[in-house]
Amino acid sequence: MRALVWHGKEDIRCDTVTDPEIEHPRDAIVKVTSCAICGSDLHLFHNFIPAMMPGDIMGHEMMGDVVEVGSGVNGHLKRGDRVVVPFTIICGECDQCRRGNFSVCERSNRKKHLADKVFGHTTAGLFGYTHLTGGYPGGQAEYVRVPFADATHIKVPDSLADEQVLFLGDIFPTGWQAVVQCDIEPTDTVAIWGCGPVGQMAIRSAVLLGAKQVIAIDRIPERLGMAEAGGAATINFDEESVVERLNELTEGKGPEKCIDCIGMEAHVMPSAPDTVLDRAKQMMMMESDRPHVLRQMIYVCRPGGVISIPGVYSGLDDKIPMGQLMNKGLTIRTGQTHVNRWTDDLLRRIEEGQIDPSFVITHTVSLEDGPEMYRVFRDKQDNCIKVVLKP
Amino acid sequence: MTYISNIVRSEGDPKVLRAGPSSLTAPDRLGKALGWLSLGLGLVELLAPHQITRALGMEGQEALVRTYGAREIGSGVLSLSTEKSLGLWSRVGGDGIDIATLMTALRDDNPKKQNVATAIAMVAGITLLDVMAAQGTTARHSRTSGDRNIYRDRTGFPGGLAAARGAAKEFAVPPHMRAALAARSDGARHETAPTH
Repeated sequence: MRALVWHGKEDIRCDTVTDPEIEHPRDAIVKVTSCAICGSDLHLFHNFIPAMMPGDIMGHEMMGDVVEVGSGVNGHLKRGDRVVVPFTIICGECDQCRRGNFSVCERSNRKKHLADKVFGHTTAGLFGYTHLTGGYPGGQAEYVRVPFADATHIKVPDSLADEQVLFLGDIFPTGWQAVVQCDIEPTDTVAIWGCGPVGQMAIRSAVLLGAKQVIAIDRIPERLGMAEAGGAATINFDEESVVERLNELTEGKGPEKCIDCIGMEAHVMPSAPDTVLDRAKQMMMMESDRPHVLRQMIYVCRPGGVISIPGVYSGLDDKIPMGQLMNKGLTIRTGQTHVNRWTDDLLRRIEEGQIDPSFVITHTVSLEDGPEMYRVFRDKQDNCIKVVLKP
Repeated sequence: MTYISNIVRSEGDPKVLRAGPSSLTAPDRLGKALGWLSLGLGLVELLAPHQITRALGMEGQEALVRTYGAREIGSGVLSLSTEKSLGLWSRVGGDGIDIATLMTALRDDNPKKQNVATAIAMVAGITLLDVMAAQGTTARHSRTSGDRNIYRDRTGFPGGLAAARGAAKEFAVPPHMRAALAARSDGARHETAPTH
């Protein structure tokens, strides 16, 4: 089969690889009909997250048809079922899964020993996202093996197009959880840093959940335009001060809820010297991430407010203003998304027409064009916001 | 490496049979090679400045050579990073400084004048490659100005924005994700409210 394979920094290729095979009775094989490039794939493209190996298949946003099931799937899934595959692999049985904390499933990371060393305790296995999270082959491929498939799936009806449901596997529930864990009130102003795909979903989620005001922060015109279409006021940080403008829009008090949809690769700009220092340290391997957004959120957030972090961070971050955080009594909520916790509800909202997540797709191409689209997406060329691949 | 890494994959994991075309372009690959060259040359300049100054008849300039070595390493690191265009243009600037410095040693009274001339020719050749790589990566990776109006119709709400506002207000936030009381406008009421 063909698959997008990581060969090194900025080196993705559409390779011919062997087909995946059932390894465990709870496995299933899914023929991928649609998959997508996620913003967090770019962290791997840039080799900022360790433990990728040449030959690893990329991709953690995919859906398709079940073509083979293991003997232990026990009727939860059968050949011909149409499923979205959540990016978090879940056993459905461990303590964490029973609590709905699916992204920290205790059993699905097959390289638990590595994760235990790095994180202290393992988190869930993820598709196509380094050997720290299991080294599972990803879904930017014609076929993908789904471990614990009886739990790791979202069945979707034939009445909805791939484009409407594909994002149930990651960016839609990720944006949703980011807002839910802010506990939105009708009086809230929600500020969202980053208008990439997750930021766009967070904007729509905040609108649906009834925030008084949603403010989106970015510098890319087409992303800001899409954010405005979704109901957000916008701040272009190339043109105006984020802190001053947020204070203006909140009568000097700051937003109650702040959401970081950027993560470890904040934009580097001379006007913010901390970003330049972070980048230099990151290059010298003295710091893993560039946490400019995190610093800015802590600074501008209203005392007693909530900071939600769906953006991916990989390791060690410097100069986090703990004094501001502590004295202002801020709450930080973060984590990978507990995808299956939200998907029944979100699927219903799509079916009822409350939201259609396909709005974010700007490019649909074949799998062979995937390597080039990684570059286009990364360089933000051709008004690219979200790429869907058709294997 | 790709084929070697197949050894550690499990039996049912796909393994690479044939590699396809890369996302790396020709200028990217040239830039990468020049980045490694920068690192190598920089290390030599830092660690063996005496041999360089002797070969060029520039004895006494070891500190300068070491400084240039540090500059080369900086350019190399940048050229191998995601900011490769900046690194490659910094190499072009460095080439200019190198040529200007070498020109000062291209004197008749320098017994190593021939070596200096050869070094200038080499640096000039590498400058050409640096310019090609820098121009290539800049052109390939630069963002064209976007269009703020292009996605103005993409609300994502089939029923319109007005209908979407608060449409999911009935959603019950899990108790452990509720905001701290300090962040709630109705904090006092929620102090005694049952969780749900």
